[in-house]
Amino acid sequence: MTTMTTTATTGTTVLDASGVTMRFGGLTAVRGVDLTVNAGEIVGLIGPNGAGKTTFFNCLTGLYVPTEGKVSYKGTVLPPKPHLVTQAGIARTFQNIRLFANMTVLENVLVGRHTRTKEGLWSALLRLPGYKKAENSSRERAMELLEFIGLADKADHLARNLPYGDQRKLEIARALASDPGLLLLDEPTAGMNPQETRVTEELIFAIRDQGIAVLVIEHDMRFIFNLCDRVAVLVQGEKLVEGTAEIVQGDERVVAAYLGTPFEGAPGADEVAEVEAAEAGAAAAAPPADRTPAAPTPADETPADETPADQAPAKADTTETGTTRTEEEEEDNR
Amino acid sequence: MTTHTTPALLPLPASAARTATTAGAALALAGTFLAWTYTDTFPGDLTVTGYPGGLQVLTLVSATLTLLFALAGHGIKGLGWLTPGGTYSPTRLLALGTFVITAYTVVAVIVKKDDEGNLLGLVELEPGAWISLVGALVAVLASLGLPSDQPLDDTTRPHPLNRFLNSLRAPAPGRAAALPAWAEILVIAASFGVALHVFTYGIDTEYAELFIGYVIAVGFGFTALTRAGLIARITALTAKHRNVTLAAALVAAFCFPFTQQNEQYALIGANILIFATVALGLNVVVGLAGLLDLGYVAFLGVGAYAAALVSGSPMSPIGVQFPFWAAVLTGAAASLVFGVVIGAPTLRLRGDYLAIVTLGFGEIFRLTVNALNGVSGPDLTNGSQGIPSIPDLELFGFDLGTSHDVGGFTLGRSANYYLLMLVFTAVVVLVFRRSGESRIGRAWVAIREDETAATAMGINAFRLKLLAFALGATLAGLAGTVQAHVSYTVTPEQYQFAGSVPPNSAFLLAAVILGGMGTLSGPLVGAALLYLIPAKLQFMQDYQLFLFGLALILLMRFRPEGLVADRRKKLEFHETGQLDVPPDTPLTDTAAGTTKAGA
Repeated sequence: MTTMTTTATTGTTVLDASGVTMRFGGLTAVRGVDLTVNAGEIVGLIGPNGAGKTTFFNCLTGLYVPTEGKVSYKGTVLPPKPHLVTQAGIARTFQNIRLFANMTVLENVLVGRHTRTKEGLWSALLRLPGYKKAENSSRERAMELLEFIGLADKADHLARNLPYGDQRKLEIARALASDPGLLLLDEPTAGMNPQETRVTEELIFAIRDQGIAVLVIEHDMRFIFNLCDRVAVLVQGEKLVEGTAEIVQGDERVVAAYLGTPFEGAPGADEVAEVEAAEAGAAAAAPPADRTPAAPTPADETPADETPADQAPAKADTTETGTTRTEEEEEDNR
Repeated sequence: MTTHTTPALLPLPASAARTATTAGAALALAGTFLAWTYTDTFPGDLTVTGYPGGLQVLTLVSATLTLLFALAGHGIKGLGWLTPGGTYSPTRLLALGTFVITAYTVVAVIVKKDDEGNLLGLVELEPGAWISLVGALVAVLASLGLPSDQPLDDTTRPHPLNRFLNSLRAPAPGRAAALPAWAEILVIAASFGVALHVFTYGIDTEYAELFIGYVIAVGFGFTALTRAGLIARITALTAKHRNVTLAAALVAAFCFPFTQQNEQYALIGANILIFATVALGLNVVVGLAGLLDLGYVAFLGVGAYAAALVSGSPMSPIGVQFPFWAAVLTGAAASLVFGVVIGAPTLRLRGDYLAIVTLGFGEIFRLTVNALNGVSGPDLTNGSQGIPSIPDLELFGFDLGTSHDVGGFTLGRSANYYLLMLVFTAVVVLVFRRSGESRIGRAWVAIREDETAATAMGINAFRLKLLAFALGATLAGLAGTVQAHVSYTVTPEQYQFAGSVPPNSAFLLAAVILGGMGTLSGPLVGAALLYLIPAKLQFMQDYQLFLFGLALILLMRFRPEGLVADRRKKLEFHETGQLDVPPDTPLTDTAAGTTKAGA
């Protein structure tokens, strides 16, 4: 059932999850998922809502103890304790932002440094030699990270008062503070506008360039296929397919998982082509250049719940009224 | 003067109102130099002309401040520094305070019973009281004619009450011009001098009427100074010179016993210090790490019992006498062990469950100590009798049990213990401050904020919670070793969840919450208030818990961050006032994935 399409790997294996299964009572949320992430790679994890992506993340980071299977990081098997996983070198962000809301931006990042510093209570109470030095170097590193994500000027603000996009960025900075070898991002662009999404994209590339492997969950297909070297698709707890963007986009099962199987008499390629032609005629000034005239793929239109049947009338509306045209153009041109 | 959009409550010309306020305050001030009563039945001796005493002094101080602020309202040069924030709201508040104190005094005189049980009545009032009362009333009425310091923010409800309350508010002061460092330090020192004086005056109040008047005066006076922006100025200075502030506070606290010649009041000071120290220890557990511990007083008890057992008391079933330093270590170590033993199984729980279990453990301590009486268990603690006649300490040849003359001042037994306790308080302050600012303290706050995220950041939450719990227990144990000696006796009934004498779990928690969670000075202020008020107002003791409940409800409604709020808490509870808050999060593009995986 699972198709393994391995791409050329660029380094050693950082993360190796094999046969990870997570059961909650009678419900199997994740079933026998294998996934590897190699050094210098950005791997995407996609799947419809409820597919078990976040559960899989939680298994990787020790928040859940997998019922079966094991997770190893750079060759050593990870114990299912979140703080030990972080200490080993895997950092993560959360799907719903979980910053320390009433701490300042700088303090949030400093907390991320926790595993990389050793100063205990006695050191703090007695101001033992090395305490000041360690504290200063932590602050320096934290400020560097804030520079990197562009929040240095807001270091003294409370995290809760940051705009939404900055909060997402701060969560990434906090995760980076633990000097990870692998960064797990759970929907880093959820709720962001296209500009912010593009900034995040660049940020993730910059993180990869620092030699940190990235595993990212996202629903924004354009974002995922731009970003990732490899994409794995999780459907109902099982890995359906894994491979490059083209392979995943071309896989019928993926299309079926997102869009459902076409029923008898559903508008097929002919109808779509017809609409496209009408569109091209109506809006000659802005030809829809990058629309694939064949069967629509999930790569093109992200909202997973839009069926082709919905899509065709929607486009027809656009051509008639022209009201949402500019919006679509803007989105197309990015 | 700024422009005012809201008219004054009373339609008076501003200049007339200012003059009348000044005149009223001056009249009230003059009245305090006259006799107020014919009889000396009322305590404080208000019968002397030319020499204010008792409650007259409070009216005098309040009227003087009113006069000063009223003159500052005239724009008189040299008084501008008084009003960096509001100008008229402090005047109004102080005038109101003067009137309330004077009226309270008059009523207190009228309803006071003489030796035969008859009310003194109106006839006992001399003209001086009437002059002050009328002066204060004029000042209050005229001050209502002064303009507001800030426009009414809610113009949809121009109810007179809203307008009145608004007229008592003022905008926060702007940034202060920097003074030379020595001047700033001098201001801090002077402020602590004034604070010590005010505090000492409160402890020295000899009768309930004077204490109530004192509370009224301090309440109105402090609010007025806050509205005038002076408190904000001083807070800014103390935040700038933190070490100087700590030193000044320590010196002020050190000076306290030298101002006390009365043994009873020095004892109140020592007990406040014990209470405050334990509250600060609890603040590590509750304020920093966010662990609601309802049985904290048990650790104080463990320390006190450990110290009592090795104190050489003839009633101690162990019957050994350790030197004090060894007794302190024993008490701290015993509390530490108990902290770890109780914390290890319970700290796996979160929130309410932890609170319930710690509440249970607190009671188990008391019951166990009661049971270890040789009848229902081995004889270790003498059961409900406790361990009495704990001998006084002798440190470096200095007997803490007797009075000593130091530089012309007599330091009694309580003053000696107060000074000893001050050393412990300083240690606890240092521990709180240094641990709170360190990597460990940040981890505690992170756990308090979001335990799951904290563990995902590599924090071993269980270990750090246990550390906070054990540290808190050790600090309480330290305070307990001194407490055993101060109170001569340790009994199980001293260490309940809720009781009439302050160091118990409920009061400790109340002190922390009232004062301000997670702050250094908050629990100290809270503990001082919670100890002083019931100690001074004996008649309140029956309703003590009810009144504290009421006070806590009011506080949570009007100032949820506590009396002393750290910057963080202030922002947490009052959303406004932060300029960098965007109105809303940016909207999302129609095509961008806004769906959230429910996995």
